[in-house]
Amino acid sequence: MSMEEKAGNIEQDSGLSRRGFIKGCTMVAAALGLSEAMIPKLVEAAESAERPTVIWLHFQECTGCTESLLRGSHPDISSLILDIISLDYHETIMVPSGHQAEKSLHDSVEKNAGKFILVVEGAIPTKDNGIYCQIAGRTAMDILAEIAPKAKAIIAIGTCAAYGGIQAADPNPTGAKGVQDLVSGVPIVNIPGCPPNPVTFLGTVLHFLTFKRLPNCDNLGRPLFAYGRRIHDHCERRAHFDEGRFAEQFGDFGHKNGYCLYKVGCKGPETFSNCPAARFNDVDVWPVSVGHGCVGCTEPAFWDTMTPFYERLPNVSIPGTGIIADADSAGLKILGVAAAAAGIHAAVGIGKSLIKGKDKDKA
Amino acid sequence: MAQRITIDPITRIEGHLRIDAEVDGGKVTKAWSSGQMWRGIETILQGRDPRDAWLFTQRICGVCTTVHALASVRAVENALNLEIPINAQYIRNIVMSIHALQDHIVHFYVLSALDWVDVVSALSADPKKTAALASSLSEWPGNSAKRFAAVQGKVKALVESGQLGPFANGYWGHPAMTLPPEANLMAVSHYLESLDYQRKATQALGIISGKNPHIQNLSVGGVTTALNPDSDSALNMERLYWIKQLIEDVRGFIQQVYLPDVVAVGALYKDWLPYGAGVTNYMAVPDMVLNKEATEFDLPGGTIMNGDLSTVKGITSFNDNYFRDNVVENIAHAWYKGDWSKHPYQEETVPNYTEFQDDGKYSWIKAPRFQGKPMQVGPLAQMLVGYAQGHKDIVKNVNSALNMVSTVAGVPVGPEVLHSTLGRHVARAVRASMLGDLAIKHWHLLVDNIGKGDLEIFNKPVFPKGEQQGYGIHEAPRGVLSHWVVIQDGKIKNYQCVVPSTWNAGPRDSEGVPGPYEASLVGNPVADAEKPLEVLRTIHSFDPCIACAVHMVDPNGQEMIKVKAL
Repeated sequence: MSMEEKAGNIEQDSGLSRRGFIKGCTMVAAALGLSEAMIPKLVEAAESAERPTVIWLHFQECTGCTESLLRGSHPDISSLILDIISLDYHETIMVPSGHQAEKSLHDSVEKNAGKFILVVEGAIPTKDNGIYCQIAGRTAMDILAEIAPKAKAIIAIGTCAAYGGIQAADPNPTGAKGVQDLVSGVPIVNIPGCPPNPVTFLGTVLHFLTFKRLPNCDNLGRPLFAYGRRIHDHCERRAHFDEGRFAEQFGDFGHKNGYCLYKVGCKGPETFSNCPAARFNDVDVWPVSVGHGCVGCTEPAFWDTMTPFYERLPNVSIPGTGIIADADSAGLKILGVAAAAAGIHAAVGIGKSLIKGKDKDKA
Repeated sequence: MAQRITIDPITRIEGHLRIDAEVDGGKVTKAWSSGQMWRGIETILQGRDPRDAWLFTQRICGVCTTVHALASVRAVENALNLEIPINAQYIRNIVMSIHALQDHIVHFYVLSALDWVDVVSALSADPKKTAALASSLSEWPGNSAKRFAAVQGKVKALVESGQLGPFANGYWGHPAMTLPPEANLMAVSHYLESLDYQRKATQALGIISGKNPHIQNLSVGGVTTALNPDSDSALNMERLYWIKQLIEDVRGFIQQVYLPDVVAVGALYKDWLPYGAGVTNYMAVPDMVLNKEATEFDLPGGTIMNGDLSTVKGITSFNDNYFRDNVVENIAHAWYKGDWSKHPYQEETVPNYTEFQDDGKYSWIKAPRFQGKPMQVGPLAQMLVGYAQGHKDIVKNVNSALNMVSTVAGVPVGPEVLHSTLGRHVARAVRASMLGDLAIKHWHLLVDNIGKGDLEIFNKPVFPKGEQQGYGIHEAPRGVLSHWVVIQDGKIKNYQCVVPSTWNAGPRDSEGVPGPYEASLVGNPVADAEKPLEVLRTIHSFDPCIACAVHMVDPNGQEMIKVKAL
């Protein structure tokens, strides 16, 4: 069956236009670097009779990651929840509250144990036994310990769920941590960003549904298709950097003419993300295109390592003084951050109690 | 016999909220509102660069993204006595209004409509009759029988799949769900359509702000949205007209779909008009700034006490002492050390968790007070303050909406019905409609000014030695927002945010006076304590911005049964 026929069938079946949906699968395929031949497979995976279950937990968060999904266009939110996945628990969208909401959660976890995708939005506070975030009388730590071991895979959406995020900024008053610091034994993929581009999240979900495995990731657990390149290396203003043309202040000649924002604080030289390529809100923008520097929001601990946001990054050589050599050392610096993160991961004791939950479950 | 209900989590809100209520004789007699999460962002800000604060505080909320950003830059500018260029005011106004359009649409359809609309009942509607009903309310071209039939087919397919997802365990068939099937089908169709229009609003916001949620185009001293009609790397006329087109599309949806839908729900549920008033002290702050000095505005601020419109008193600038000097926060019933009332400049945020104590501490939310009194904030407060002041556009738009409600309900209703659960919805829809017009107005103001050759967007902030204090106010989609900053030698010494949902969702104060959520629930009917849908209606009408939960107890304060909230 050709793509057109397939699209026609879907359109007839659902009664609502699915052109956007097919277009979405095409764009996702492009984002994932797949050939056109893979598109029918993506459509099929997205259209399978039983929609795969997704359980979405909110912990210490601002709901910005969820809001980003409302902005997604391929697929859009209604196609996503009506046609592609079965979103059985999501506090912002679901109809029931209270014990009925809990029923939805527990029914789904029981029925789909070992099969569902768990999405976590928000960090998990661990100080003082986790009392800083409670849902239905239980701490985020308890809930994660119960649900995570039963998931087939975990997507940590946003920098909070991935690495602790803003509440983990110094002095981290609530002992906030990311999912990977607390859970092991289940595949975890991190989709950092504050919030991340919905394209990246949706691409990861469709990758998983299509190939039954998570996409390849870097050493911080981020999919290579979205975090494989440094912003500075594919920024449309890079030529200005290389030529030494900078905005010195917002509103000056250079700023009005699209010059490089490094001197007004851009963190692109140390940030890995697809922002310049994927861009946001389907209107071909990202912060740099509108005149504000990157703040490094896809990097762990960026609230501490990238601030003050309006001061320039140290140790980035201005062109003419050996940029190639310097780029290599910037790369090493990033690797150093990753190694430190891994060290923290290994040192977290609480991980054990969660893993124990998993073992018990297996037994 | 009295029962206590605990609803935890309260869903279809932002954040973690728990509501407890005592129900006796089918009515709520006592209620508690409890915020269940603390992140310590105010603590994290201490010692940091004040220019960075807006990026941190914006992360307080991703639903009301933009609002903490705006309040924060205004607070630091207030401390520095720093004016911003008029272009920056207009751009901030456009940001504010576009965001509010998106936020109000999402609140009505995604977060609250399913308290009133029975999705399953829509299956038995006649699509042709639905089209007739819809076209009696508005000229919206999307209201065709074909479209309604397609939506009905979609709902049917979902139900038959057995995978109801977020619609499982809903309140379908609840005795308080009384809309006819056609009204339900119309609303479900508009629910799906609203998802497209809210996205258009976010696209307009993206063009001007670089991305959203969490815009990235502000700065202490102005905005960073570069203006240059002669560049492809700045906001030029192509981009500006794209924004205008998107705003006009969204405004059309608001004025022809959202507002008529709210009117219809209000009229068809007219038995509900007496419920949910609660605290009738109201407060709004002025916004949609018209000059560099921030002394003239398109939307008014002020206070009303005890529901008496004749008591209205204005809050008239970003430097208004009546506002600045009368705000305190009380922590007698909140999980912080002490039981003080303090002005935000003097506060310290030291957590002290005690578990839920009915007569002690029971929430992470503080209790803000104005002249010692709880205040209700939000679109209703702003519409009433403007109405009481004779603000021309507000009087016109509010009266027009009330006339529509009267026509559909078949009984005349006046502004007194606004003190209610449904009144909050009507006021929000009226405000959204006005902001649609104001967004276009401020777009013209910006374009006219660019046409004069003025491309200024930024005045560089300079931080002197010594201590400065400042506050920033913003009328956010959920109401009065204020940020309070103390700066010492260019670093943040203290930072406090007094948030709309803090005003509305806060707990009792030292005098035992309940906050607006708690007061609004008293007298609220509950047909089935097992499924306290009516409690959700009233709580959702405030548009809570804290993910919480609701529960109920017996009159002796003992927990009897935990009742499932459907």
